[in-house]
Amino acid sequence: MVDQTLIKNLEEQARQMRIEIVKMVHQSTSGHPGGSLSAADIVTALYFHEMRIDPKNPCYEDRDRFILSKGHCCPVIYTALALRGYYECSHLGTLRRHHSILQGHPCMNKTPGLDMVSGSLGNGPSLGIGMALGAKLDQKDYRVFVMVGDGEMQEGMIWEALMAGAQFKLDNLYLIVDYNHLQVDGTVEQIMNIAPLKDKLEAFNWQVVEMDGHNMAEIVATLDRVTQPHSGPVAIIAHTVKGKGVSFMENKVEWHGLAPDDAQLEQALAELEGGKTNG
Amino acid sequence: MAEQKMIATRTAYGEALLELGQKDSRLVALDADVAKSISSNKFHKAFPERAFNLGIAEQNMFAVAAGLATTGRVVYASDYAVFATMRACEQIRTFIAYPQLNVKIGASHGGLHTGMDGVTHQAIEDIGIMRSIPGITILSPADAVSAKKLTLAAHEYPGPVYIRLTRNPAPIIYEEKQDFLIGKANLLSQGNDVAIVAHGVMVTRALQAAKVLKDQGISAAVLDVHTIRPLDKAALLELATTTKAMVIAEDHNIHGGLGSAVCELLAEEYPIPAARIGLRDVFGESGDPDELLDAYGMGVADLVNAAQSVIRRK
Repeated sequence: MVDQTLIKNLEEQARQMRIEIVKMVHQSTSGHPGGSLSAADIVTALYFHEMRIDPKNPCYEDRDRFILSKGHCCPVIYTALALRGYYECSHLGTLRRHHSILQGHPCMNKTPGLDMVSGSLGNGPSLGIGMALGAKLDQKDYRVFVMVGDGEMQEGMIWEALMAGAQFKLDNLYLIVDYNHLQVDGTVEQIMNIAPLKDKLEAFNWQVVEMDGHNMAEIVATLDRVTQPHSGPVAIIAHTVKGKGVSFMENKVEWHGLAPDDAQLEQALAELEGGKTNG
Repeated sequence: MAEQKMIATRTAYGEALLELGQKDSRLVALDADVAKSISSNKFHKAFPERAFNLGIAEQNMFAVAAGLATTGRVVYASDYAVFATMRACEQIRTFIAYPQLNVKIGASHGGLHTGMDGVTHQAIEDIGIMRSIPGITILSPADAVSAKKLTLAAHEYPGPVYIRLTRNPAPIIYEEKQDFLIGKANLLSQGNDVAIVAHGVMVTRALQAAKVLKDQGISAAVLDVHTIRPLDKAALLELATTTKAMVIAEDHNIHGGLGSAVCELLAEEYPIPAARIGLRDVFGESGDPDELLDAYGMGVADLVNAAQSVIRRK
Protein backbone atom coordinates (compact mmCIF):
# COMPACT_ATOMS: atom_id res chain seq x y z
CA MET A 1 0.00 0.00 0.00
CA VAL A 2 2.65 2.49 1.06
CA ASP A 3 4.65 3.95 -1.79
CA GLN A 4 8.23 2.71 -1.26
CA THR A 5 9.74 5.57 -3.24
CA LEU A 6 7.91 8.06 -1.07
CA ILE A 7 9.20 6.37 2.07
CA LYS A 8 12.78 6.29 0.75
CA ASN A 9 12.55 9.99 -0.12
CA LEU A 10 11.13 10.89 3.28
CA GLU A 11 13.82 8.85 5.03
CA GLU A 12 16.46 10.71 3.07
CA GLN A 13 14.77 14.01 3.92
CA ALA A 14 14.76 13.07 7.61
CA ARG A 15 18.47 12.32 7.40
CA GLN A 16 19.06 15.78 5.92
CA MET A 17 16.93 17.26 8.68
CA ARG A 18 19.10 15.61 11.32
CA ILE A 19 22.27 16.88 9.69
CA GLU A 20 20.95 20.44 9.72
CA ILE A 21 19.68 20.10 13.31
CA VAL A 22 23.05 19.07 14.76
CA LYS A 23 24.86 21.65 12.63
CA MET A 24 22.63 24.51 13.72
CA VAL A 25 22.76 23.64 17.41
CA HIS A 26 26.55 23.32 17.17
CA GLN A 27 26.86 26.68 15.47
CA SER A 28 24.53 28.32 17.96
CA THR A 29 26.46 26.72 20.85
CA SER A 30 23.12 26.28 22.55
CA GLY A 31 19.79 24.63 21.88
CA HIS A 32 17.96 21.36 22.29
CA PRO A 33 19.13 18.56 20.01
CA GLY A 34 17.72 15.52 21.88
CA GLY A 35 14.02 16.21 21.44
CA SER A 36 14.57 17.70 18.00
CA LEU A 37 16.07 14.44 16.82
CA SER A 38 13.34 12.34 18.42
CA ALA A 39 10.73 14.38 16.54
CA ALA A 40 12.62 14.58 13.23
CA ASP A 41 10.96 11.69 11.40
CA ILE A 42 7.43 12.72 12.35
CA VAL A 43 7.98 16.38 11.49
CA THR A 44 9.50 15.30 8.17
CA ALA A 45 6.44 13.18 7.38
CA LEU A 46 4.16 16.09 8.25
CA TYR A 47 5.99 18.81 6.32
CA PHE A 48 7.10 16.77 3.31
CA HIS A 49 4.06 14.57 2.93
CA GLU A 50 0.95 15.00 5.05
CA MET A 51 0.40 18.71 5.50
CA ARG A 52 -1.23 20.93 2.91
CA ILE A 53 0.98 23.98 2.94
CA ASP A 54 2.40 26.49 0.49
CA PRO A 55 5.87 27.86 1.27
CA LYS A 56 5.31 30.64 -1.26
CA ASN A 57 2.20 31.72 0.60
CA PRO A 58 2.95 30.92 4.26
CA CYS A 59 -0.23 32.47 5.67
CA TYR A 60 -2.81 31.20 3.24
CA GLU A 61 -6.00 30.59 5.16
CA ASP A 62 -6.73 27.01 4.14
CA ARG A 63 -3.32 25.65 5.11
CA ASP A 64 -2.91 22.90 7.66
CA ARG A 65 -1.47 24.14 10.95
CA PHE A 66 1.33 22.71 13.05
CA ILE A 67 2.08 23.69 16.62
CA LEU A 68 5.33 22.49 18.13
CA SER A 69 4.11 22.65 21.71
CA LYS A 70 7.48 21.36 22.89
CA GLY A 71 8.88 24.64 21.58
CA HIS A 72 12.42 24.11 22.83
CA CYS A 73 12.78 21.53 20.05
CA CYS A 74 12.46 24.32 17.48
CA PRO A 75 15.57 23.23 15.53
CA VAL A 76 13.38 20.50 14.05
CA ILE A 77 10.69 22.89 12.80
CA TYR A 78 13.19 25.57 11.73
CA THR A 79 14.97 22.96 9.66
CA ALA A 80 11.75 21.64 8.15
CA LEU A 81 10.65 25.15 7.16
CA ALA A 82 14.05 25.95 5.65
CA LEU A 83 14.28 22.71 3.69
CA ARG A 84 10.69 23.17 2.58
CA GLY A 85 11.65 26.58 1.16
CA TYR A 86 10.04 29.09 3.53
CA TYR A 87 13.44 30.78 3.91
CA GLU A 88 17.07 30.22 3.02
CA CYS A 89 18.98 27.49 4.85
CA SER A 90 21.61 30.13 5.65
CA HIS A 91 19.28 31.33 8.42
CA LEU A 92 19.74 28.06 10.30
CA GLY A 93 23.20 29.12 11.47
CA THR A 94 21.69 32.19 13.13
CA LEU A 95 19.62 30.19 15.62
CA ARG A 96 19.27 32.01 18.97
CA ARG A 97 21.36 34.97 17.78
CA HIS A 98 20.41 38.62 18.07
CA HIS A 99 18.35 39.75 15.03
CA SER A 100 17.78 36.16 13.92
CA ILE A 101 14.42 35.13 12.50
CA LEU A 102 14.98 31.94 14.50
CA GLN A 103 14.35 32.73 18.16
CA GLY A 104 15.40 30.48 21.01
CA HIS A 105 11.79 29.36 21.17
CA PRO A 106 9.35 29.76 18.27
CA CYS A 107 7.94 33.21 17.49
CA MET A 108 5.26 33.20 14.79
CA ASN A 109 5.83 36.84 13.89
CA LYS A 110 9.52 36.39 13.14
CA THR A 111 9.71 33.07 11.34
CA PRO A 112 7.88 32.61 8.02
CA GLY A 113 5.70 29.51 8.04
CA LEU A 114 5.48 29.23 11.79
CA ASP A 115 1.86 29.01 12.92
CA MET A 116 2.20 29.78 16.62
CA VAL A 117 4.36 30.97 19.45
CA SER A 118 5.51 28.10 21.65
CA GLY A 119 8.04 27.32 24.32
CA SER A 120 5.95 27.49 27.45
CA LEU A 121 4.96 23.87 27.83
CA GLY A 122 1.40 22.62 28.02
CA ASN A 123 -0.19 25.29 25.85
CA GLY A 124 -0.09 23.72 22.39
CA PRO A 125 -3.23 21.60 22.61
CA SER A 126 -5.31 24.58 23.77
CA LEU A 127 -3.89 26.79 21.03
CA GLY A 128 -4.65 24.01 18.56
CA ILE A 129 -8.23 23.81 19.80
CA GLY A 130 -8.62 27.51 19.04
CA MET A 131 -7.37 26.95 15.50
CA ALA A 132 -9.52 23.86 15.03
CA LEU A 133 -12.58 25.75 16.23
CA GLY A 134 -11.68 28.52 13.78
CA ALA A 135 -11.64 25.99 10.94
CA LYS A 136 -15.06 24.69 11.97
CA LEU A 137 -16.52 28.19 12.23
CA ASP A 138 -15.22 29.05 8.77
CA GLN A 139 -16.31 25.66 7.41
CA LYS A 140 -12.80 25.01 6.21
CA ASP A 141 -11.26 21.57 6.06
CA TYR A 142 -7.75 22.34 7.23
CA ARG A 143 -6.27 20.18 9.98
CA VAL A 144 -4.34 21.15 13.09
CA PHE A 145 -1.42 19.00 14.24
CA VAL A 146 -0.02 19.59 17.71
CA MET A 147 3.14 17.89 18.88
CA VAL A 148 3.72 17.63 22.61
CA GLY A 149 6.56 16.11 24.58
CA ASP A 150 5.90 13.26 26.97
CA GLY A 151 7.17 15.22 29.97
CA GLU A 152 4.89 18.03 28.86
CA MET A 153 1.90 15.80 29.58
CA GLN A 154 2.62 16.58 33.25
CA GLU A 155 1.22 20.08 32.74
CA GLY A 156 -2.30 20.30 34.14
CA MET A 157 -3.45 22.46 31.27
CA ILE A 158 -2.95 19.58 28.84
CA TRP A 159 -5.84 17.80 30.50
CA GLU A 160 -8.05 20.88 30.34
CA ALA A 161 -7.45 20.88 26.60
CA LEU A 162 -8.05 17.15 26.27
CA MET A 163 -11.49 17.62 27.83
CA ALA A 164 -12.25 20.53 25.51
CA GLY A 165 -11.06 18.76 22.36
CA ALA A 166 -13.46 15.90 23.04
CA GLN A 167 -16.28 18.21 24.20
CA PHE A 168 -16.17 20.11 20.90
CA LYS A 169 -15.72 16.88 18.88
CA LEU A 170 -12.78 18.34 16.96
CA ASP A 171 -12.13 15.75 14.27
CA ASN A 172 -9.67 18.18 12.66
CA LEU A 173 -7.33 18.15 15.66
CA TYR A 174 -4.41 15.73 16.00
CA LEU A 175 -2.24 15.44 19.08
CA ILE A 176 1.10 13.74 18.57
CA VAL A 177 2.95 12.71 21.73
CA ASP A 178 6.70 12.39 21.27
CA TYR A 179 7.13 9.62 23.84
CA ASN A 180 10.90 9.47 24.26
CA HIS A 181 10.79 8.87 28.03
CA LEU A 182 13.32 11.56 28.95
CA GLN A 183 12.91 15.02 30.45
CA VAL A 184 15.39 17.53 31.88
CA ASP A 185 15.83 15.98 35.32
CA GLY A 186 15.64 12.30 34.40
CA THR A 187 13.25 9.75 33.00
CA VAL A 188 9.56 10.55 32.78
CA GLU A 189 8.92 7.42 34.82
CA GLN A 190 11.19 8.61 37.65
CA ILE A 191 10.09 12.23 37.69
CA MET A 192 6.33 12.05 37.23
CA ASN A 193 5.00 9.06 35.39
CA ILE A 194 2.38 9.70 32.73
CA ALA A 195 1.58 6.02 32.16
CA PRO A 196 -0.77 4.47 31.28
CA LEU A 197 -0.98 7.20 28.66
CA LYS A 198 -3.17 5.42 26.13
CA ASP A 199 -5.74 4.58 28.79
CA LYS A 200 -5.75 8.15 30.05
CA LEU A 201 -6.22 9.64 26.60
CA GLU A 202 -8.99 7.17 25.83
CA ALA A 203 -10.65 7.97 29.14
CA PHE A 204 -10.71 11.60 27.95
CA ASN A 205 -12.65 10.42 24.89
CA TRP A 206 -9.88 10.73 22.34
CA GLN A 207 -9.27 8.13 19.68
CA VAL A 208 -5.74 6.85 20.35
CA VAL A 209 -3.29 5.13 18.04
CA GLU A 210 0.32 4.19 18.63
CA MET A 211 3.22 4.10 16.23
CA ASP A 212 6.97 3.75 16.01
CA GLY A 213 7.99 7.39 15.62
CA HIS A 214 11.12 6.43 13.68
CA ASN A 215 9.64 4.00 11.19
CA MET A 216 8.80 6.21 8.23
CA ALA A 217 6.51 3.69 6.56
CA GLU A 218 4.57 3.31 9.79
CA ILE A 219 4.41 7.09 10.39
CA VAL A 220 3.08 7.72 6.88
CA ALA A 221 0.59 4.87 7.11
CA THR A 222 -0.62 6.08 10.51
CA LEU A 223 -1.06 9.68 9.36
CA ASP A 224 -2.84 8.53 6.21
CA ARG A 225 -5.13 6.33 8.27
CA VAL A 226 -6.07 8.77 11.06
CA THR A 227 -6.77 11.60 8.65
CA GLN A 228 -9.52 9.60 6.96
CA PRO A 229 -13.05 10.76 7.86
CA HIS A 230 -13.75 10.03 11.51
CA SER A 231 -15.38 11.59 14.53
CA GLY A 232 -13.66 13.42 17.39
CA PRO A 233 -10.04 14.25 18.10
CA VAL A 234 -7.18 11.82 17.55
CA ALA A 235 -4.08 11.29 19.66
CA ILE A 236 -1.04 9.56 18.24
CA ILE A 237 1.41 8.16 20.75
CA ALA A 238 4.72 8.09 18.94
CA HIS A 239 7.30 5.82 20.53
CA THR A 240 10.61 7.54 19.99
CA VAL A 241 14.22 7.68 21.12
CA LYS A 242 15.60 10.98 22.36
CA GLY A 243 18.65 11.96 20.32
CA LYS A 244 17.73 9.44 17.59
CA GLY A 245 20.28 9.15 14.80
CA VAL A 246 23.37 10.28 16.71
CA SER A 247 24.68 7.34 18.70
CA PHE A 248 26.15 9.24 21.62
CA MET A 249 23.01 11.35 22.04
CA GLU A 250 20.53 8.49 21.96
CA ASN A 251 18.69 7.94 25.24
CA LYS A 252 21.04 10.31 27.04
CA VAL A 253 19.27 12.85 29.21
CA GLU A 254 22.30 15.18 29.02
CA TRP A 255 21.53 15.86 25.36
CA HIS A 256 18.19 17.47 26.16
CA GLY A 257 19.70 20.93 25.96
CA LEU A 258 23.36 20.69 25.07
CA ALA A 259 25.22 21.77 21.95
CA PRO A 260 27.79 19.41 20.46
CA ASP A 261 31.40 20.63 20.40
CA ASP A 262 33.51 20.46 17.23
CA ALA A 263 34.61 16.84 17.72
CA GLN A 264 31.10 15.73 18.63
CA LEU A 265 29.70 17.49 15.57
CA GLU A 266 32.23 15.72 13.41
CA GLN A 267 31.24 12.35 14.82
CA ALA A 268 27.52 13.13 14.54
CA LEU A 269 27.89 14.21 10.91
CA ALA A 270 30.01 11.16 10.09
CA GLU A 271 27.23 8.95 11.42
CA LEU A 272 24.43 10.84 9.73
CA GLU A 273 26.20 11.34 6.43
CA GLY A 274 27.19 7.70 6.47
CA GLY A 275 23.58 6.87 7.08
CA LYS A 276 24.43 5.01 10.26
CA THR A 277 21.85 5.23 13.01
CA ASN A 278 22.87 2.93 15.88
CA GLY A 279 19.25 2.75 16.88
CA MET B 1 -26.69 60.51 44.73
CA ALA B 2 -29.69 58.49 45.83
CA GLU B 3 -31.62 59.14 42.61
CA GLN B 4 -28.72 58.13 40.42
CA LYS B 5 -29.28 55.03 38.33
CA MET B 6 -27.07 52.14 39.45
CA ILE B 7 -25.78 49.57 36.96
CA ALA B 8 -22.78 47.25 37.19
CA THR B 9 -20.26 47.69 34.40
CA ARG B 10 -20.24 43.93 33.78
CA THR B 11 -23.91 44.22 32.77
CA ALA B 12 -23.08 46.96 30.27
CA TYR B 13 -20.24 44.82 28.91
CA GLY B 14 -22.69 42.01 28.17
CA GLU B 15 -24.97 44.41 26.32
CA ALA B 16 -22.08 45.72 24.26
CA LEU B 17 -20.97 42.19 23.45
CA LEU B 18 -24.45 41.34 22.20
CA GLU B 19 -24.47 44.47 20.05
CA LEU B 20 -21.05 43.63 18.64
CA GLY B 21 -22.24 40.13 17.86
CA GLN B 22 -25.00 41.56 15.73
CA LYS B 23 -22.58 43.90 13.98
CA ASP B 24 -19.67 41.52 13.42
CA SER B 25 -20.55 38.00 12.38
CA ARG B 26 -16.94 36.92 12.91
CA LEU B 27 -16.82 37.85 16.58
CA VAL B 28 -16.44 34.87 18.90
CA ALA B 29 -17.14 34.84 22.64
CA LEU B 30 -15.37 32.52 25.05
CA ASP B 31 -16.29 31.95 28.66
CA ALA B 32 -15.12 29.95 31.64
CA ASP B 33 -18.33 29.10 33.45
CA VAL B 34 -18.98 32.68 34.52
CA ALA B 35 -20.89 33.77 31.40
CA LYS B 36 -24.03 34.22 33.46
CA SER B 37 -22.18 36.31 35.99
CA ILE B 38 -20.41 38.55 33.49
CA SER B 39 -23.57 38.72 31.37
CA SER B 40 -21.80 37.45 28.26
CA ASN B 41 -24.47 34.72 28.34
CA LYS B 42 -26.65 37.10 26.33
CA PHE B 43 -24.23 36.60 23.47
CA HIS B 44 -24.31 32.82 23.99
CA LYS B 45 -28.08 32.80 23.71
CA ALA B 46 -28.11 34.98 20.60
CA PHE B 47 -25.16 33.36 18.80
CA PRO B 48 -24.72 29.83 20.15
CA GLU B 49 -22.74 28.75 17.08
CA ARG B 50 -19.92 31.17 17.89
CA ALA B 51 -19.98 31.14 21.68
CA PHE B 52 -17.96 28.56 23.55
CA ASN B 53 -17.97 27.80 27.24
CA LEU B 54 -14.65 26.23 28.15
CA GLY B 55 -15.72 25.35 31.65
CA ILE B 56 -13.70 26.06 34.76
CA ALA B 57 -10.38 26.04 32.92
CA GLU B 58 -9.15 29.58 32.49
CA GLN B 59 -5.68 28.85 31.15
CA ASN B 60 -7.19 26.68 28.46
CA MET B 61 -9.71 29.38 27.60
CA PHE B 62 -7.13 32.10 27.04
CA ALA B 63 -4.90 29.84 24.96
CA VAL B 64 -7.93 28.74 22.92
CA ALA B 65 -8.68 32.45 22.46
CA ALA B 66 -5.17 32.96 21.09
CA GLY B 67 -5.49 30.03 18.68
CA LEU B 68 -8.85 31.29 17.46
CA ALA B 69 -7.52 34.80 16.97
CA THR B 70 -4.86 33.44 14.61
CA THR B 71 -7.68 32.40 12.29
CA GLY B 72 -8.64 36.04 11.79
CA ARG B 73 -11.37 36.44 14.34
CA VAL B 74 -11.92 38.97 17.08
CA VAL B 75 -12.26 37.01 20.29
CA TYR B 76 -13.88 38.35 23.46
CA ALA B 77 -12.80 36.14 26.35
CA SER B 78 -14.60 36.91 29.59
CA ASP B 79 -13.52 35.94 33.06
CA TYR B 80 -13.09 37.28 36.56
CA ALA B 81 -10.12 39.62 36.74
CA VAL B 82 -8.31 37.58 39.41
CA PHE B 83 -8.41 34.44 37.29
CA ALA B 84 -7.69 36.14 33.97
CA THR B 85 -4.66 38.05 35.20
CA MET B 86 -3.30 35.54 37.67
CA ARG B 87 -4.49 32.04 36.77
CA ALA B 88 -4.03 32.71 33.06
CA CYS B 89 -1.37 35.39 33.31
CA GLU B 90 1.17 33.53 31.23
CA GLN B 91 -1.31 32.59 28.52
CA ILE B 92 -2.21 36.27 28.18
CA ARG B 93 1.43 37.29 28.17
CA THR B 94 3.01 34.72 25.91
CA PHE B 95 0.24 33.73 23.54
CA ILE B 96 -1.89 36.88 23.31
CA ALA B 97 0.32 39.88 24.07
CA TYR B 98 3.58 38.63 22.55
CA PRO B 99 2.11 37.79 19.12
CA GLN B 100 -0.30 40.77 19.44
CA LEU B 101 -3.42 38.75 18.77
CA ASN B 102 -6.85 40.27 18.59
CA VAL B 103 -8.19 39.05 21.91
CA LYS B 104 -10.31 41.30 24.11
CA ILE B 105 -10.40 40.34 27.76
CA GLY B 106 -13.55 41.22 29.68
CA ALA B 107 -12.44 41.00 33.31
CA SER B 108 -15.09 41.41 35.95
CA HIS B 109 -14.83 41.73 39.73
CA GLY B 110 -12.08 44.34 39.57
CA GLY B 111 -11.15 45.86 42.91
CA LEU B 112 -12.24 45.79 46.52
CA HIS B 113 -15.65 46.99 45.32
CA THR B 114 -16.30 43.31 44.51
CA GLY B 115 -17.40 43.33 48.13
CA MET B 116 -18.96 40.33 49.79
CA ASP B 117 -17.08 37.70 47.77
CA GLY B 118 -13.94 38.57 49.69
CA VAL B 119 -10.24 38.54 48.86
CA THR B 120 -10.18 35.49 46.55
CA HIS B 121 -12.44 37.31 44.11
CA GLN B 122 -11.30 40.92 44.57
CA ALA B 123 -8.70 41.74 41.92
CA ILE B 124 -6.50 44.44 43.41
CA GLU B 125 -3.38 43.59 41.39
CA ASP B 126 -4.80 43.08 37.91
CA ILE B 127 -3.89 46.45 36.42
CA GLY B 128 -0.36 46.24 37.77
CA ILE B 129 0.02 42.79 36.26
CA MET B 130 -1.36 43.87 32.88
CA ARG B 131 0.76 47.04 32.93
CA SER B 132 3.92 45.00 33.35
CA ILE B 133 3.18 43.00 30.19
CA PRO B 134 4.05 44.85 26.96
CA GLY B 135 1.43 45.44 24.32
CA ILE B 136 -1.88 45.24 26.17
CA THR B 137 -4.30 48.15 26.11
CA ILE B 138 -5.89 48.58 29.54
CA LEU B 139 -9.37 50.05 30.07
CA SER B 140 -11.23 50.67 33.30
CA PRO B 141 -14.64 52.24 32.72
CA ALA B 142 -16.18 54.32 35.49
CA ASP B 143 -19.82 53.52 34.83
CA ALA B 144 -22.16 51.49 32.66
CA VAL B 145 -22.28 54.09 29.87
CA SER B 146 -18.51 54.16 29.51
CA ALA B 147 -18.26 50.38 29.93
CA LYS B 148 -20.58 49.83 27.00
CA LYS B 149 -18.92 52.42 24.79
CA LEU B 150 -15.40 51.31 25.60
CA THR B 151 -16.28 47.65 25.02
CA LEU B 152 -17.59 48.67 21.60
CA ALA B 153 -14.47 50.77 20.96
CA ALA B 154 -12.19 47.86 21.90
CA HIS B 155 -13.59 45.93 18.95
CA GLU B 156 -12.16 48.50 16.54
CA TYR B 157 -8.92 48.82 18.45
CA PRO B 158 -6.14 46.55 17.20
CA GLY B 159 -4.49 43.95 19.40
CA PRO B 160 -5.08 42.76 22.94
CA VAL B 161 -7.33 44.86 25.15
CA TYR B 162 -7.99 44.31 28.85
CA ILE B 163 -11.34 45.69 30.01
CA ARG B 164 -11.64 45.90 33.78
CA LEU B 165 -15.21 45.58 34.95
CA THR B 166 -16.90 45.66 38.33
CA ARG B 167 -19.23 43.25 40.01
CA ASN B 168 -21.56 45.63 41.82
CA PRO B 169 -23.86 48.39 40.61
CA ALA B 170 -22.30 51.80 40.46
CA PRO B 171 -23.81 55.23 39.69
CA ILE B 172 -24.16 56.39 36.09
CA ILE B 173 -22.07 59.53 35.66
CA TYR B 174 -22.06 59.93 31.89
CA GLU B 175 -24.81 60.94 29.53
CA GLU B 176 -25.56 58.51 26.72
CA LYS B 177 -24.27 60.93 24.10
CA GLN B 178 -20.79 61.12 25.64
CA ASP B 179 -18.02 60.04 23.29
CA PHE B 180 -15.16 57.82 24.38
CA LEU B 181 -11.85 57.50 22.64
CA ILE B 182 -9.40 54.83 23.80
CA GLY B 183 -6.31 56.65 25.05
CA LYS B 184 -8.09 59.96 25.63
CA ALA B 185 -8.99 60.76 29.23
CA ASN B 186 -12.19 62.66 29.97
CA LEU B 187 -12.00 65.89 31.94
CA LEU B 188 -15.17 65.87 34.03
CA SER B 189 -14.57 68.95 36.10
CA GLN B 190 -12.35 71.96 35.58
CA GLY B 191 -10.14 73.14 38.44
CA ASN B 192 -6.94 75.04 39.14
CA ASP B 193 -5.87 74.18 42.67
CA VAL B 194 -5.56 70.42 42.49
CA ALA B 195 -6.27 67.59 40.05
CA ILE B 196 -7.95 64.35 41.06
CA VAL B 197 -7.40 61.66 38.47
CA ALA B 198 -9.19 58.35 38.82
CA HIS B 199 -10.54 55.32 37.04
CA GLY B 200 -13.38 52.90 37.67
CA VAL B 201 -15.58 53.29 40.70
CA MET B 202 -13.29 55.94 42.16
CA VAL B 203 -14.31 58.46 39.50
CA THR B 204 -17.67 58.95 41.23
CA ARG B 205 -15.89 59.50 44.51
CA ALA B 206 -13.49 61.94 42.88
CA LEU B 207 -16.46 64.00 41.68
CA GLN B 208 -17.93 63.93 45.19
CA ALA B 209 -14.62 65.01 46.66
CA ALA B 210 -14.39 67.89 44.18
CA LYS B 211 -17.77 69.14 45.43
CA VAL B 212 -16.62 69.02 49.05
CA LEU B 213 -13.43 70.85 48.10
CA LYS B 214 -15.41 73.47 46.21
CA ASP B 215 -17.34 74.24 49.39
CA GLN B 216 -13.96 74.82 51.05
CA GLY B 217 -13.00 77.22 48.27
CA ILE B 218 -10.68 74.74 46.56
CA SER B 219 -11.03 74.29 42.83
CA ALA B 220 -10.39 70.65 41.90
CA ALA B 221 -10.17 69.26 38.39
CA VAL B 222 -11.42 65.69 37.90
CA LEU B 223 -10.05 63.51 35.14
CA ASP B 224 -11.47 60.08 34.27
CA VAL B 225 -8.51 58.06 33.04
CA HIS B 226 -10.56 55.24 31.58
CA THR B 227 -7.56 54.15 29.51
CA ILE B 228 -4.62 53.27 31.72
CA ARG B 229 -2.55 52.20 28.72
CA PRO B 230 -1.87 54.02 26.49
CA LEU B 231 -1.84 56.70 29.16
CA ASP B 232 -3.13 60.11 28.10
CA LYS B 233 0.12 61.84 28.98
CA ALA B 234 -0.90 65.10 27.31
CA ALA B 235 -4.03 65.50 29.44
CA LEU B 236 -2.20 64.52 32.62
CA LEU B 237 0.72 66.87 32.01
CA GLU B 238 -1.61 69.71 31.15
CA LEU B 239 -3.42 69.22 34.45
CA ALA B 240 -0.11 68.92 36.25
CA THR B 241 0.99 72.21 34.75
CA THR B 242 -2.17 74.09 35.69
CA THR B 243 -2.80 72.61 39.16
CA LYS B 244 0.70 71.68 40.36
CA ALA B 245 -0.80 69.12 42.74
CA MET B 246 -2.31 65.74 41.94
CA VAL B 247 -4.26 62.98 43.66
CA ILE B 248 -4.54 59.65 41.88
CA ALA B 249 -7.41 57.47 43.06
CA GLU B 250 -8.17 53.88 42.16
CA ASP B 251 -9.73 50.73 43.58
CA HIS B 252 -6.47 48.80 43.29
CA ASN B 253 -3.32 48.25 45.26
CA ILE B 254 -1.30 51.48 45.33
CA HIS B 255 1.48 49.50 43.63
CA GLY B 256 1.35 49.01 39.90
CA GLY B 257 -1.90 50.70 38.94
CA LEU B 258 -2.80 54.14 37.67
CA GLY B 259 -1.20 55.72 40.75
CA SER B 260 2.12 54.20 39.82
CA ALA B 261 1.69 55.06 36.14
CA VAL B 262 0.96 58.73 36.85
CA CYS B 263 3.70 59.07 39.47
CA GLU B 264 6.19 57.59 37.00
CA LEU B 265 5.09 60.13 34.41
CA LEU B 266 5.26 63.04 36.84
CA ALA B 267 8.64 62.02 38.24
CA GLU B 268 10.12 61.88 34.76
CA GLU B 269 8.43 64.83 33.12
CA TYR B 270 6.91 67.26 35.59
CA PRO B 271 7.59 66.60 39.28
CA ILE B 272 4.83 68.00 41.48
CA PRO B 273 3.36 66.88 44.82
CA ALA B 274 1.23 63.78 44.27
CA ALA B 275 -0.66 61.35 46.47
CA ARG B 276 -2.01 57.92 45.70
CA ILE B 277 -5.36 56.73 47.00
CA GLY B 278 -5.90 52.98 46.88
CA LEU B 279 -5.41 49.85 48.91
CA ARG B 280 -2.25 50.49 50.88
CA ASP B 281 -0.54 47.22 50.04
CA VAL B 282 -2.96 45.10 52.06
CA PHE B 283 -5.63 42.58 51.17
CA GLY B 284 -9.24 43.54 51.75
CA GLU B 285 -12.02 41.42 53.20
CA SER B 286 -15.71 40.72 52.69
CA GLY B 287 -18.24 43.46 53.14
CA ASP B 288 -20.51 46.02 51.56
CA PRO B 289 -18.65 47.51 48.55
CA ASP B 290 -18.94 51.15 49.50
CA GLU B 291 -18.31 50.54 53.18
CA LEU B 292 -15.17 48.62 52.23
CA LEU B 293 -13.84 51.47 50.10
CA ASP B 294 -14.43 53.85 53.02
CA ALA B 295 -12.82 51.46 55.47
CA TYR B 296 -9.69 50.96 53.35
CA GLY B 297 -8.78 54.59 52.81
CA MET B 298 -10.68 55.19 49.60
CA GLY B 299 -13.49 57.29 51.01
CA VAL B 300 -14.47 60.76 49.84
CA ALA B 301 -12.94 62.13 53.05
CA ASP B 302 -9.65 60.43 52.20
CA LEU B 303 -9.66 62.06 48.79
CA VAL B 304 -10.39 65.46 50.31
CA ASN B 305 -7.58 65.04 52.87
CA ALA B 306 -5.16 63.93 50.17
CA ALA B 307 -6.08 66.93 48.03
CA GLN B 308 -5.51 69.34 50.90
CA SER B 309 -2.23 67.64 51.67
CA VAL B 310 -0.80 67.87 48.13
CA ILE B 311 -1.88 71.51 47.92
CA ARG B 312 0.05 72.21 51.14
CA ARG B 313 3.12 70.52 49.64
CA LYS B 314 3.19 72.79 46.58
